[in-house]
Amino acid sequence: MRIRHSVSVFCAASVLAASPASLAQEDDIPRLSDGTPNFSGVWQSLTTANWDILSHGASAGPPEYGALLSVPPGRGIVDGDEIPYLPEALEQKQRNFESRWTEDPEAKCFMPGTPRANYMPYPFQIFHSEAGMLFAYQFAGAARIINLDNHQPSAIDSWMGWSNGSFEEDTLVVDVTGFNGLGWLDRSGNHAGYRLRVVERYTFAGPDAIDYEATLEDPDTFSEPWTMRFRLYRVAEPETHLMEFKCVAFTEELLYGEFYKRPEE
Amino acid sequence: MNKRSILVSVAVPFAVCAATGCEAQVERTPWGDPDLQGLWSNATLTPLQRPDALGDTAFFTPEEAEAYVAERIEATNADRTIGQTGSVGSYNDAWFDRGNSIVPTLRTSLIVDPANGKVPPFTPEAQQQHEANLAYAQDHPVDTPADRFLTERCIVFGGGAAPLFPEPYNNNYYIVQTPDYVTIMAEINHEVRIVPIDGRPHFPERVLQWTGDSRGYWDGDTLVVETRNQRTNRFFYGVQMLNSVMSDQFSVVERFTRTAPDQIRYEASIDDPAVFTAPWSVEIYMHPQEGPLVEYACHEGNYGLTGMLSAARAEERRAAEAEQSTEQ
Repeated sequence: MRIRHSVSVFCAASVLAASPASLAQEDDIPRLSDGTPNFSGVWQSLTTANWDILSHGASAGPPEYGALLSVPPGRGIVDGDEIPYLPEALEQKQRNFESRWTEDPEAKCFMPGTPRANYMPYPFQIFHSEAGMLFAYQFAGAARIINLDNHQPSAIDSWMGWSNGSFEEDTLVVDVTGFNGLGWLDRSGNHAGYRLRVVERYTFAGPDAIDYEATLEDPDTFSEPWTMRFRLYRVAEPETHLMEFKCVAFTEELLYGEFYKRPEE
Repeated sequence: MNKRSILVSVAVPFAVCAATGCEAQVERTPWGDPDLQGLWSNATLTPLQRPDALGDTAFFTPEEAEAYVAERIEATNADRTIGQTGSVGSYNDAWFDRGNSIVPTLRTSLIVDPANGKVPPFTPEAQQQHEANLAYAQDHPVDTPADRFLTERCIVFGGGAAPLFPEPYNNNYYIVQTPDYVTIMAEINHEVRIVPIDGRPHFPERVLQWTGDSRGYWDGDTLVVETRNQRTNRFFYGVQMLNSVMSDQFSVVERFTRTAPDQIRYEASIDDPAVFTAPWSVEIYMHPQEGPLVEYACHEGNYGLTGMLSAARAEERRAAEAEQSTEQ
């Protein structure tokens, strides 16, 4: 399904009709004491979208690393398998692709942005209670507080965006704005600008899976809103919680190596 | 709880706790744990160590406290140093957040043990290491990022790791709880410390993290958090302010107690037998704040580190050129 309506129309329509995609029975998903679906847990996607959110075949990485950094094939996560770029934005995407091994914010251990953080090959953990909601991402230790009440506009521009969340029936809807326009959507250079607005929808598909969709709109980058969707799986091994992946130190040679004083040989 | 009792407990939380026990007034989560959730700040003007000038004075009188607060606010006003020699004008006073008060006990230091309010002396081995570190830093101030503070590299800030010491700015925390976790997010450097409270074991000793490996449990209405597996570094923030060293025996036990609706008492005991001749403890108070917290991106815009490294190389080139022209 290709979403061609504006985001606001899309949201309004989904209030009226219960989501047909949801396979969850009312009783088999975890809930908080107030009946709200409880999204607490460690989650991860099983896509190759972090390499390219569009469908792609396998391809080679930098030859010095053999098969280690080669690109695994994968079905895309974008409705219609096409991103409605404006002409200049498409050119920017091509330039990004050519410089991806050094210019992808992921290579620099920059915060990955929303929605990319949700389909990176790293887990993230949601802490959800009657009093609040926090998304903690393993990659770069990125974090998002989801404002479930007291919705305010974003105070600053940011990498991860400003997240105002609400519930439509059993679906968590997060309206994300306030981006700084510097993030990429994948290692292929797909991107959006600072006027990006992401509307995310999280719906349980059974107790251990979440159907995720995100509609992206940015009048400076895209000719119309478009939607991605994929499934998040619960990391179900017992006693699992996020381990630390502070990757900043791993990037210092890349970012500052030209200014190092090295021991004389 | 009615409004009247909130007002009473705000005014004299310790008296209320002492007279009746704290249990009666503790707010609880739906599953019955004491509720620590929300936005908090641990900003305070109380110094970590008791200033020498105060001698044996462990507590201020209210009048002394008032004078001390006024003196500190004046002395730390960054607007007064702008333009002075040595000041690069990086921050004016609006950036700082040291608070406008001292701890409610009126103690003269955050350190409560030992009784002199000072960090215990180093062991002889640690003293030796400390001096070696200083000598190395003198000769290699900025060869590579590894010569700089972890905060300057945006790797970890004090708010991300135990113990939680107040910083000159950004002492803001967001705590969210579930039956299995207490998670403490610091606004600074978007640090998230996940504390499982379900009895799961620590990571194996070979797994080291900048934020350590924390496990917690409820001791009555107090959350006790034990942290080990701390990645060691001579610039680790918690001891950075002491220009200290740390060993792989470093461990911290923290205790969070909601002593009033508007207060968490935070206690931390620091033990590193290879470094300190005795364990030592601090007591700090957290108070609610309105927020909202925003994203603190540090590494993503770290022009400071580029500036320090490139300036050092430029100075070296200039010195080498000067030497060459002298020889000619």
